Amino acid sequence: MSNFFNKSDLTRQDADKLVSETLNNCDDGELYLEESKSESILLDDNKIKSSNYSSDLGFGFRAISNEVVAYSYSNEISKVSLKNSSENLKSTLKSIKGTYNHEIPKSNKKFYKDINPIEQKTLDSKLEVLNKVNEFLRKKDGSVKQVTASFAGEQKSIEIIRSGGESLTDVRPLIRFNVSVMLEKNGRKETGVYGIGGRQSYDDYLKNDNWKNVCEEAFRIASVNLESKPAPAGEMKVVLGPGWPAILIHEAIGHGLEGDFNRKKTSAFHNLMGEKVASEGVTIVDDGTIDNRRGSLTIDDEGTPTERTVLIENGILKNFMQDRHNARLMNTRSTGSGRRENYRHIVLPRMRNTMMLSGNQTQDEMIKSVDKGIFAVSFGGGQVDITSGKFVFNCTEAYEINNGKIGSPIKGATLIGDGPSILKEVSMVGNDMMLDPGIGTCGKAGQGVPVGVAQPSILIDKMTVGGTKL
Amino acid sequence: MVKDQEFLKSKASYCLDLAKKIGATDASVTVGHSISETVNFRNKSLEASDRSDGLALSIETYLGKRRSSISSSNLLDENIKTLIEKCFETTKITPEDEFNSLPDKNLLAKQISSLNLYDETRFENDKKITYLKDLEEAASSNKQIINTESSFTENKSNFILANSDGFCDGYKTSSFTTSCVTVAKDENSMERDYEFSSKRHLSDIKQASDLGNKAAELTIRKLSPNKIGSEKISIIFDKRISKGMLSVFASAISASAIARGTSFLKDKIDHQVFANSINVIDKPDIIKGMGSQNFDSEGVNSNTLQLIENGILKNYLVDTYNGKKINLQSNGRSGGTTNLYFENGHISYEDLLKKNSKSLYITETIGHGSNLVTGDYSVGATGFLVEDGEFKYPVNEITIAGNFKDMFKNITLANDLEIEYSVNSPTMMIEGMTVAGK
Repeated sequence: MSNFFNKSDLTRQDADKLVSETLNNCDDGELYLEESKSESILLDDNKIKSSNYSSDLGFGFRAISNEVVAYSYSNEISKVSLKNSSENLKSTLKSIKGTYNHEIPKSNKKFYKDINPIEQKTLDSKLEVLNKVNEFLRKKDGSVKQVTASFAGEQKSIEIIRSGGESLTDVRPLIRFNVSVMLEKNGRKETGVYGIGGRQSYDDYLKNDNWKNVCEEAFRIASVNLESKPAPAGEMKVVLGPGWPAILIHEAIGHGLEGDFNRKKTSAFHNLMGEKVASEGVTIVDDGTIDNRRGSLTIDDEGTPTERTVLIENGILKNFMQDRHNARLMNTRSTGSGRRENYRHIVLPRMRNTMMLSGNQTQDEMIKSVDKGIFAVSFGGGQVDITSGKFVFNCTEAYEINNGKIGSPIKGATLIGDGPSILKEVSMVGNDMMLDPGIGTCGKAGQGVPVGVAQPSILIDKMTVGGTKL
Repeated sequence: MVKDQEFLKSKASYCLDLAKKIGATDASVTVGHSISETVNFRNKSLEASDRSDGLALSIETYLGKRRSSISSSNLLDENIKTLIEKCFETTKITPEDEFNSLPDKNLLAKQISSLNLYDETRFENDKKITYLKDLEEAASSNKQIINTESSFTENKSNFILANSDGFCDGYKTSSFTTSCVTVAKDENSMERDYEFSSKRHLSDIKQASDLGNKAAELTIRKLSPNKIGSEKISIIFDKRISKGMLSVFASAISASAIARGTSFLKDKIDHQVFANSINVIDKPDIIKGMGSQNFDSEGVNSNTLQLIENGILKNYLVDTYNGKKINLQSNGRSGGTTNLYFENGHISYEDLLKKNSKSLYITETIGHGSNLVTGDYSVGATGFLVEDGEFKYPVNEITIAGNFKDMFKNITLANDLEIEYSVNSPTMMIEGMTVAGK
């Protein structure tokens, strides 16, 4: 655990006093202190291209009165700096009064260990793995023309000091291992990318030469794409594979159920609480409590313990995801979804691990039921327009389905749909729910945070596929 | 106040001296300081204020051909010392790479001319509030607008870049950015659009009411959209979107993508890649330019480059490391393009709309559907159906797709270029793309 006060002229008592004094007449707010250590090591084009270590330290001071949020941050933890921030907050909120809400739920549960993954594996052994990846893939097949492999590791320590001196802390490890391979055959080039990660040490993910499986998967995706034909264009049936394709749920439904957009009534879902928004059998949760997952958090960035929030239960919209600010203004409670990228950013309600739960059909049944459509197995990124509800995501591995049979692979295409209606088009839910491999980063208002997704195979009756073949 | 040159120089030389002392053969360092103040409004009242004050340091140490780097926001001497030691320890065990080196000394920028990139005017938060009130008053004057959100950010930055070959320079920059997002609603739909203005100097920022009115107008015209059928159709890209084609082009001609072989424009120097009427320029010395710079992120002097001449690719964007790999001298583009633009075409905006009896005018795209390796392009889009030069109705929930290699060769540009941002384009038409809809 970082001690934020031992290298500064600022004592904990000074900080407590200034926080209480500043937030006294506010509805909420806190001092958020953060220290992060991170590394990234990249092998590219047969060489260790970069090796970077970074350390960051700073605070963000927030005061909230009614609907107004004042925020000030600095990377200098000192008496003067904190005092300046306090003055800055007071000047924004000068004419406003509130009553501080001291209540914050408590929990002893922890969802990851207090480790520093960077220190747990020597640089030499990380370099060795990256070189092995390069050698393995280049030897594997003559068509391999480029290999990129990387490690990213981080330990983030946070402390939240609330008015009255209450302090909440968390130490968050996070790692990611990624492999990208480019193949060239008969003048065509295609890439395949695969990665793994979460909140454990590198070796927890790399034991039993697991790096080889990551390489094989990246290679497999690239090989499939070398044989791909132009994708079809137009509305058709779509079968989604289990796991990572759940970014469909993240984009189509997840963002629209975040508290801020619904308080502001700018989400296409704001007037649909209690309504049927999905087919029967569709249940979606956002869960911050799964051990060691990329999107899991012991406490959120306001100090609230995370939870498993049911968003949609058997087709009916049940809950939005809330931070303290939006929850207070909407007369509800925080769901432990208040997150920020780092101390430079304000808290927003965000997703953690967003999951559609299993039903009881098989992927086989789904494919057999489709005359003409596509089977999408892997995706790149996605995006949503919260207000119109339209969302997209990009296939990186997909196949045609003709008369109930999987056909040739098709080129990467964008799929587009309408968030509030897409889940009503889900006509089969598989029994094969799978978590993603631990690679997701969600962007909102310029802030990236690690998230997870999960889903079983599903059949969507109608979606627009953005290919070039009419 | 943003830290002055003297303070940043003293930190930079402390770092370089220390790196040399512990055995680094070369080193380079960037020290920067930035202060930003933002005020956010929503529905005509204050929603948030945000002040940020950030120092940033990044150092690269070399031992012969070995190199590694660190970065930190903590500029206490004691912390810097620990980090540089850690950095150099890492350098020692990082494998050699023959292409690692500081930039060639004779390419470094020597004379710095003022590009007028800094406006010292302080725009107090109270004045930002007045500006945003006027803006939202205008934006919400039509009752179909049900939500307005706007913000005003003032930023002042200063930096020093120094290396062990004696380069040591930097300068202040400022920016003033305001934006407005509006939501409109009718019985069929709810839509969102925006307008913004970003300038080096406060006096160049658009009038508040103009900006608000524009955002509202763009949003209201999107209401009650239709989906259209799947077909091949000529597509007109609004300036907001057409400049994105230039960004894709810039990524595809970076020396890094070329050296790695992962670009659809590899080996295309002196080849026709655009229609032969197309010229693309990257000009670093535009006075008050949002992308202007005196030197690139390695200190290398940057001159104006003609990237495309009559449709033919003339230059890549070259930095020191990747340049050595592909046997090209750096042209001062470590960190990418500066002020990048298509030269004007020969046809007016109105004539471009009328060129085909039916076309699709795109105002927004979503998704990350550009593949730089294959050139394949597929994104979600919203826009308008245009018939005989007239906007007929809004269109959404469609995708547009093609391949850049073909798309670039089928571009027709209007003559309505305005150089406002770091990437700029006239309105653009591309024929022969596929729309997927119903």
